[in-house]
Amino acid sequence: MSTTATTHQTKWWGGGKSPFNLEYGKLMMWYFLMSDAFTFGAFLISYGSIRFSQNFWPDPNVVFNAFPGAGHANLPLAFVSVMTFILIISSVTMVLAVHAGHKGNKQGVIKWLAWTIVGGLAFLGCQAWEWHHLITGEHATLVDGSIQMFGQTTSHNPWGNIVHDQSALTAALNNTSHENLAALVHSHDNSHAMDALLKMPDTELRGMVNLAEVHIRDKGPVAFGGYFFGITGFHGFHVFSGVIINIVMLIMTQKNIFQNKGHYLMIEKAGLYWHFVDLVWVFVFLCFYLI
Amino acid sequence: MEHSPISPEITFTHHHSDEEFKRRVRKTTILLSVITIIELAIGLTIYNIHKGENPNAGLVLAFKGMVCILTLAKAYYIVSVFMHLGDEIRNMIMTIVVPLLLFVWFIIAFIYDGNSYKNLRNKYDLHFKETTMPSKHHATETPAEKPGGKE
Repeated sequence: MSTTATTHQTKWWGGGKSPFNLEYGKLMMWYFLMSDAFTFGAFLISYGSIRFSQNFWPDPNVVFNAFPGAGHANLPLAFVSVMTFILIISSVTMVLAVHAGHKGNKQGVIKWLAWTIVGGLAFLGCQAWEWHHLITGEHATLVDGSIQMFGQTTSHNPWGNIVHDQSALTAALNNTSHENLAALVHSHDNSHAMDALLKMPDTELRGMVNLAEVHIRDKGPVAFGGYFFGITGFHGFHVFSGVIINIVMLIMTQKNIFQNKGHYLMIEKAGLYWHFVDLVWVFVFLCFYLI
Repeated sequence: MEHSPISPEITFTHHHSDEEFKRRVRKTTILLSVITIIELAIGLTIYNIHKGENPNAGLVLAFKGMVCILTLAKAYYIVSVFMHLGDEIRNMIMTIVVPLLLFVWFIIAFIYDGNSYKNLRNKYDLHFKETTMPSKHHATETPAEKPGGKE
């Protein structure tokens, strides 16, 4: 670093200046982020601990394989990679906003902050879609000898292994309730409306179930949903508060508050927070989607 | 004593020329994107290994280890370049990085604990074992290669 020479000559602890050469608020932002890293770390490690205590854990490529507008196409990792790139790019625009602030370039700060906010909102939109898809998308699951249709929630997990035992499935069909039978047929046969299916007798519905085409799974560990929604929700909350902070910064910049102060240090602090959000996502992405 | 106009607490600021700044940001952006693409490629490779007839648990584990290392590299670049921690004074860097070393113990201890809990339950709680152990006849999805088995 070009600053090494200066460091040797300066008595940092001689008083009269910050020993860390940092403004107080920025230093405290760093310590806040460090403590926040421990919070997220504790959540993720708790997730890892529970995951290692189970004999079976859902395969992320099976759980997260949907893409908006792509219907039932099997596209593992596609949507989450879009989310990841959105956050990386919004991190870059934040770097540019901070740099524009260094130069006192108000228009530059406004432009790049606005793009950062757009990136944050886009990420939140993606997350809302993903949550909605997981919660409302119903999957046929073999539970206690009957077939039930449910989505991924904090109390249900439809992502067990695929059941290949045909006799068990045939027996389960006979125990399955009318509503679940209709939903099961509807899940892989779109030729009838749900209303029409609900009016049909059970025997006819059972005949329409094509066991070769529909994947019926065992139920998976319930803890999966709680951890997924808890941790991505906590991260999404950070993104949300980061967007709010950035909007406040944008308004303050527009009102010349930083220009009158003579510096844009607040943008740097907001920037640190925003980069941290990106940093956490890198680890959430690793723990939930990749491994 | 010379003070920065930004704040009396700061005695010097880091001066990167515009050119150098742009070069660094561009380089880091490309690096982060490339690492992410490699991670995704590895993720898809793991997916394809899982789909295969006889998934190689060791290979999956090796790929997962690679993804972990790549993630740490990404984290390093974000913190060091985007958050400018690399430009700060060494003492300040240490007050952030040294406490984070607790994670080394934290991760090992809790993962080990979870694994031990699984082994104890499989030994003493047969109901747990019977209801949660994936059945052997699934050629494509065996316990050894499931994410829960190894990381």
